[in-house]
Amino acid sequence: MSTNNASSSRASDAPAFPPWRSRLAHTPAKLWVGLSLFGFWLFIAVFGAWLAPHGMGAMVSNQVFASPSLAFPLGTDHLGRDVLSRMLIATRYTVAMALAAAVLSSAIGATFGLTAALVPRFVDIGISQIMDALISIPSKMMALLIVAVFGSSIPLLIVAAVATYAPGAYRIARSLAMNQAAMEYVAIARCRGESRVHIALVELLPNIFGPVLTDMGMRFVFIVLLLSALSFLGLGIQPPIADLGSMVRENISGLNQGSLAVLAPAIGIGTLTVGANLLIDALSSKHDD
Amino acid sequence: MTESISASRFGESLTVSGLRVVARPYRGAPETPIVDDITFSLPAGEVLALIGETGSGKSTIALALMGHARRGCRLADGRIMLGEISVLEASERTLRGLRGDRIAYIAQSATAAFNPAKTLMAQVIEGVVIHGQMSRSKARDKARALFAELMLPDPEHIGDRYPHEVSGGQLQRAMAAMALISDPALIILDEPTTALDVTTQIEVLQTFKRVVRERGATAVYVSHDLAVVAQVADHVLVLNQGRVCELATVDQIIHAPADDYTRRLMEAARPTTDKPADRDTTDSASHGEELLRIDHLHVGYGPLGEDGRPAHTVLENLSLQLNTGRALGVIGESGSGKSTMAHAIAGLVPPHNGGVSFKRRELPYALSGRDQQQFRDIQMVFQSADNALNAAHSVRRILERPLQRYFDYTRDERHARVRELLDLVHLPSRVLSVRPGALSGGQKQRVNLARALAAEPSLIICDEVTSALDTVVSEAILNLLNDLRRELGVAYLFISHDISTVRRVCDDLMVLRAGRCVEYGACPTTIDAPQHAYTRQLIASIPELRTDWLDRQDFSSG
Repeated sequence: MSTNNASSSRASDAPAFPPWRSRLAHTPAKLWVGLSLFGFWLFIAVFGAWLAPHGMGAMVSNQVFASPSLAFPLGTDHLGRDVLSRMLIATRYTVAMALAAAVLSSAIGATFGLTAALVPRFVDIGISQIMDALISIPSKMMALLIVAVFGSSIPLLIVAAVATYAPGAYRIARSLAMNQAAMEYVAIARCRGESRVHIALVELLPNIFGPVLTDMGMRFVFIVLLLSALSFLGLGIQPPIADLGSMVRENISGLNQGSLAVLAPAIGIGTLTVGANLLIDALSSKHDD
Repeated sequence: MTESISASRFGESLTVSGLRVVARPYRGAPETPIVDDITFSLPAGEVLALIGETGSGKSTIALALMGHARRGCRLADGRIMLGEISVLEASERTLRGLRGDRIAYIAQSATAAFNPAKTLMAQVIEGVVIHGQMSRSKARDKARALFAELMLPDPEHIGDRYPHEVSGGQLQRAMAAMALISDPALIILDEPTTALDVTTQIEVLQTFKRVVRERGATAVYVSHDLAVVAQVADHVLVLNQGRVCELATVDQIIHAPADDYTRRLMEAARPTTDKPADRDTTDSASHGEELLRIDHLHVGYGPLGEDGRPAHTVLENLSLQLNTGRALGVIGESGSGKSTMAHAIAGLVPPHNGGVSFKRRELPYALSGRDQQQFRDIQMVFQSADNALNAAHSVRRILERPLQRYFDYTRDERHARVRELLDLVHLPSRVLSVRPGALSGGQKQRVNLARALAAEPSLIICDEVTSALDTVVSEAILNLLNDLRRELGVAYLFISHDISTVRRVCDDLMVLRAGRCVEYGACPTTIDAPQHAYTRQLIASIPELRTDWLDRQDFSSG
């Protein structure tokens, strides 16, 4: 309403002014698209199992790669299972594992980052070099190695993702914390005789929380892709349970028939990550204002 | 070489009528005017000063003259005519052509305006070369002539240096060269000397004044310092909360200000030659007990050399004594080591030699060696209230933290004490729930002070507490400091680069230069009869509210 007022007054007062405000108008669309895509997948992850008409392993049709029908809206897969039911259940694993790994990565990163900003320099250098060594290992190689050595289970997959992405989160958190630690309010707190723990948690953490949260969202996207890739290679989550990535792999033979059994989970991964990305983008640019 | 350039008079007349700039603080909020109904006209070749406090809209007007509004603001109404060009009706393309070509802008911080990775010459000529005004080699020749005209040392070769290789004052002059190289019709100077030391400011002012006069340039000079403005401007426009308070010639403003607000600004700007009202209490206080004593303090950084001294010395052989309830002023230019001294006493920078005793007890160098009582007794107040307050905490939380740490108050006692502290610094209790970001500069500094007072300290180290504030606001803070000293008997170590503020607060004065104490004595006598040549130069460099002051100064800027 007020936007209308502004544009009409602009039109009457000063018609010749350049429309320099237009870039502001792009933010909300991003926010809404991101929110609805991500919200949709979050909803499926939480309630999907109850909504699923069939069980995950139930072979309900004797036709493989069946086309969509009223009984099976997304068709059937390579074993004649209901693709819709499987997706409704598989989303839970994809989202929950990635979320757990992202939260853990950021928590570990922030903890070490805050520590590094407040301890003597040689300790900071020590932590940083270990983290840099971890960053220098290609992420998929490291995850493959961990899974190959220790076997594949849900906790281990999360550990592999955390080992891959926590060092990056540490780098971000450390530089944010370093900037804050140079501020005078930290000097005042030190002169007050505050402990390092107090300075880290009460003084610094609230000031780096926003950017760390944004970074965590990005890590969530990377981890979804990493776990899906591992599943696609057959090293991720193991049957009888499945996540979106392993559904793509199982049904890859249906690709030449254009089966939804392979397309639907692939599109699922795509929309989940794009949605999360847009949401982070919109939220962090709002943060900047 | 310079004659041919100086001869060309290139200023254009500037007329602004009914200018209104509005801002929308957040989406959906109603638009509020930042400046409204600004009307003035400036004949070609004259200098107009825009003066006012922070938030009075002076920078907004300066930017509007270039057809620019900050993000979130909008040029809502009015006309700006530069010669024949109507700036507000010009297209984005025409404006791009105007900026940096017909209109030049000199910003406050030259350090921030220069790219550290490029030489001065590359940056000075960049604009004219991009605009296609002249060839690279011709631009270089002209830049060298300008360097000479601006009295930069070694004008032939200084352009090959990088920004960090020249001093702050030289960089500010190099920025003037960047602005002048296109022979602009209008020069906008936005607080160009505010970030400089007084002795440097005087050099820069002198060159600016001469260059502007000789070239007959039209200039708009934005400043909050009336004394500086008196030296360079023909006309003064006094702004208060986005509206014109008074527009007159500089003589009229200084000798016969018509507006109340202008008179208040003048009051605050006049160096106080009369002694503060509470000076009489200080005699009895001089018999106070010894509070802080420093003997032969050495502070430095870098690896220790063979003689056991660090590679870079910041403070050398510093000794002082401060009694309870007294105020010691420490004065010096940037880099003189005055902040390092504050940090050393506070325990943030360990000295490598020398004795520090507090209340006749040895004060350990490092914070880890100090006890609760010493933490409580020494409090610091910093210059930039912005980053001295945690932006994520509410004012209540900021003020309650020292109370929780040092005293065993109950919740109710704590709340009562917080309200008392607010009363002490004259803040309303509604600020308690807000975060520092919502406070003005003066309010933040009051919160800062209240936090220091919460600890009931015997010594408050004030590091440039009024430097970031407007004259009227800093006047109020200085009065508050004096009142608090009288009421609470707290001692100050008052660090500043501004002699007139030190004079307002302190009993004793120490002048630092390059880490050494050059003069140390009672405040009024030292200022009235300085013994050391450097102190005399410092005192003489403070601009006075007379239009002829600058011309009478005899500092060759070399």
